Amino acid sequence: MTRWNEDILLSVERMSMRFGGLLAVDDLSFNVGKGDITALIGPNGAGKTTVFNCITGFYKPTAGRITAHTLEGEKFLLERMDDFRIPKQAKVARTFQNIRLFGGMTVLENLMVGQHNPLMKASKFTFGGILGLSSYKEAEKQAIELAKYWMEKTGLTYRADDAAADLPYGEQRKLEIARAMCTRPKLLCLDEPAAGLNPRESEELNALLLHIRAEEDTGILLIEHDMNVVMEISDHIVVLDYGEKIADGTPEEVRNDPKVIAAYLGVSDEDVENVEQQIEQDVTGSGETEAPK
Amino acid sequence: MEYFVQQLINGVTLGSIYGLIAIGYTMVYGIIGMINFAHGDIFMVGAFISLIVITALGLTVSTGLGLTFVALILVLVCAMIIASAYGWTLERLAYRPLRGSFRLAPLITAIGVSIVLQNYIQIAQGARVKPLQPIITDGYTLMTKTTEAGEFVVQISNIQILIISVTVILMAVFSLIIAKTSLGRSQRACEQDQKMASLLGINVDKTISTTFVMGAALAAVAGLMFLLYYGVIDFFIGFVAGVKAFTAAVLGGIGSLPGAMLGGLVIGLIETFWSAYFSVEYKDVAAFAMLAIVLIFLPQGLLGKPEVEKV
Amino acid sequence: MSSGGPAPGTDLAQIFKDLVVTFLLAAAIFGTTIAFKTETAIGGLTLETHYGLAAAVVGVVVVGRFILWMTVWRKRTVAVSVVPGGLKQAIVGKLGFLGKYFGPTMLLFALVFPFLPFTDRYLLDLGILILTYIMLGWGLNIVVGLAGLLDLGYVAFYAIGAYSYALLAQYFGLSFWICLPLAGILAAFWGIILGFPVLRLRGDYLAIVTLAFGEIIRVVLLNWYQFTGGPDGISGIPRPTFFGLPFKRGEGNFADFFGLDYSSMHRIIFLYFLILLLALVTNFVTNRLRRLPLGRAWEALREDEIACRSIGLNTTLVKLSAFATGAMFAGFAGSFFATRQGFISPESFTFIESALILAIVVLGGMGSQVGVVIASIAMIGGFEIFREAEQFRMLIFGLAMVVIMVWRPRGLISTREPSIFLVRKKSVSADMVAQGEGH
Repeated sequence: MTRWNEDILLSVERMSMRFGGLLAVDDLSFNVGKGDITALIGPNGAGKTTVFNCITGFYKPTAGRITAHTLEGEKFLLERMDDFRIPKQAKVARTFQNIRLFGGMTVLENLMVGQHNPLMKASKFTFGGILGLSSYKEAEKQAIELAKYWMEKTGLTYRADDAAADLPYGEQRKLEIARAMCTRPKLLCLDEPAAGLNPRESEELNALLLHIRAEEDTGILLIEHDMNVVMEISDHIVVLDYGEKIADGTPEEVRNDPKVIAAYLGVSDEDVENVEQQIEQDVTGSGETEAPK
Repeated sequence: MEYFVQQLINGVTLGSIYGLIAIGYTMVYGIIGMINFAHGDIFMVGAFISLIVITALGLTVSTGLGLTFVALILVLVCAMIIASAYGWTLERLAYRPLRGSFRLAPLITAIGVSIVLQNYIQIAQGARVKPLQPIITDGYTLMTKTTEAGEFVVQISNIQILIISVTVILMAVFSLIIAKTSLGRSQRACEQDQKMASLLGINVDKTISTTFVMGAALAAVAGLMFLLYYGVIDFFIGFVAGVKAFTAAVLGGIGSLPGAMLGGLVIGLIETFWSAYFSVEYKDVAAFAMLAIVLIFLPQGLLGKPEVEKV
Repeated sequence: MSSGGPAPGTDLAQIFKDLVVTFLLAAAIFGTTIAFKTETAIGGLTLETHYGLAAAVVGVVVVGRFILWMTVWRKRTVAVSVVPGGLKQAIVGKLGFLGKYFGPTMLLFALVFPFLPFTDRYLLDLGILILTYIMLGWGLNIVVGLAGLLDLGYVAFYAIGAYSYALLAQYFGLSFWICLPLAGILAAFWGIILGFPVLRLRGDYLAIVTLAFGEIIRVVLLNWYQFTGGPDGISGIPRPTFFGLPFKRGEGNFADFFGLDYSSMHRIIFLYFLILLLALVTNFVTNRLRRLPLGRAWEALREDEIACRSIGLNTTLVKLSAFATGAMFAGFAGSFFATRQGFISPESFTFIESALILAIVVLGGMGSQVGVVIASIAMIGGFEIFREAEQFRMLIFGLAMVVIMVWRPRGLISTREPSIFLVRKKSVSADMVAQGEGH
């Protein structure tokens, strides 16, 4: 069943991204379903991070359309929006492959900055805040509550007053997710959240992501290399290779897709034709052929 | 038309001087990503050293042509060597300890160095403007036009020929050095990736030092040319000339040697035409405005590569 | 040279080689420019020789370096291992403890300073000058220290503030108290106008563009003779009044109204408290802003601009607000400067002035309010010490700037105080705080 094609949170349609002579993403289309954990996987250099950067507005795609749907039925064309408006209005938040925290600021401060836009409004764009209006104090209290909630969920409460740069790697990853969640996103994009984590931390991350899916009404799109994580928690997997989509389906479907296996394991030059034939057969009919080992 | 041609010649001459200074900015920026704010003051020091050597040699307009030529080469060599000593020492003392510090630290230090150099020369050589009697005179008349007001003569002076040809020769030599020698290869490697370069056995410190020395030497040449062309210098000439040359470097595309020269020419022409057709008082405003406009609208420059923001 | 720490057990041959190089460089640098001084004479230039002086300078450099080899550099490797990390921590802790009481103590001192027995006119004037720079330092600290944007043209806004008051008073006869807020608003307005096109530039390019803008404004003030008086400046700027009571001799004036004997010190004391008040307002507002979302956004911008955008911060607005707020305080300080001097000209607003304010912020430790106070006292006080050696003042200033950057690139007080805490406030150590790299 293709649940993600019916209850759509984000749809990427025929998107291409070109850097000079390099076509990093080629005519890519896929959907992210509401309440799903969607994984974007593929070998190194497949264009995954580029897709992310296009969705979150850091790059403008050369062609194609990216639409975010809100619960209220509103639509946002992300490729036309300024990068900072995407988290603000379309409610799409992200993390980075090489963690980007406000290192000199404490964990709590990081989470407060994550709530900048509502707090800014509450402080009457600073003018009320300077005068010390009580409405701002109330809003700040609520913001601290939200920050506390996410610190608790990520197990960072005991480090609330430590500088973000002081945290070990695994906790930095969690803090980045917590900060993104503080923007109250509808779609959370995670760029290799499990990279560099030890098995226990990886386990905790899974639990956190499952919690977000279950409780927060937030869809998750993630890039991941760790197949254990991907297979364990994803509902929907999109596979990229050389900028093109080669598979799209449930973990079961993708796991058995010969094209995916070929892309991941690599095929020697002599075998290319064989594999192509097999794939051809696969697509046209039986689908019983085993992938080359 | 004749007026225009004359301004064109003047502009190219001025642009050559700016181009020579701009090379120092562009090479240093290319290799360590730092705006060497004190580079304009090295140019000023170069001009002063040239002045001292010229005075010491007793060079005047009555010196014979052959002798003048030999003497000027001597002056040039002295100025280049001594300015290089300045450049090398500054890099070692003021900039190297800050390598790897936050990015704006060396810029702030360079401002300090600039203040030091200006005030040092002011103390050592006096605050007053130093005039130099012209050494090279005459020139060639290219066009004449008779009007009611009298004759308008388009001239290219010997000194302009000298400046332009020295610039062209030096440009060729330095381009060859960058393109063909192992030093140039090291420089380009350090530009790409210092850590990798050092892993491959390139002496990064030495390469950077050499870059500063080369920049300083060229600035000294520009200093001598400026001195011969205008005949007056003071301790403050480095500031404005430095800003203009930096503009030239950015305009040409920072990191690019031909870019620096091209940028220098464009800035020289703009300044000359601005002064000729609009107003002399605001010529520095024009230069500063040009800098702002270039940085805002053309930060990658004419011959530079556009930067892709890395996320 | 000073950077290359010698390995332990350096042999004499190496030291000798180094000293020879030092000698050659010193000879090239000082041997030329000091030994031969060009002097204008009839019929051309002549050279005045100062061989003795040049030799002395070269000698001092070489001997000084030799002494360094024998003392500091020899012990360095040992010294580092001797100081245990715990002790260092304890010292830092002590400093933090001091810092807690430093502010209130300074404030108390500043309040009673005009009435202390030893305070004379000269000291009071110096106090006013230092407070002006403290205020400017605090203003620039918003831009450089908090938002991480290097502004080399800050003095332009100081100039705009000063000229705003002078011109408004001259053409419209407005009083100081009306002009003060107007000057701040105008400076902030210009901050936005100038800031808008340039704020997307990288850190160092931004610095150079702000420098260019600073110079443009100065040159325009210098050349727009009809409006600004050009190099002659504007004189006869009205002095401030005490809520309408002028500081003059005679009836209906300040001294008369309060039944005091007239003294020229009244006006100075009043000016002192005026700038103290302005500076304290700057400090209060800055501290307040740091705890508001806007101030946190400034610091977040300094830490990582891309991360800011990824969580929905409009970085252009954040930058502009920092730029405009900093400019506004410079505008206030400028109009104070104009009313205090009674005369302004473009001379007072050169690039050096920007460099001085920046040096105060950097020396103090970017982002640190207390640091700015210490640095202002050290810098302006230091300037006074070298008052006699007018010529050498700027030279020493430049040298100090270089030495400070090399010795302590992060300034005297480099730890950062968090703006909010859950359980316990812990200072953030300097090496974690970013300083704004443009990206």
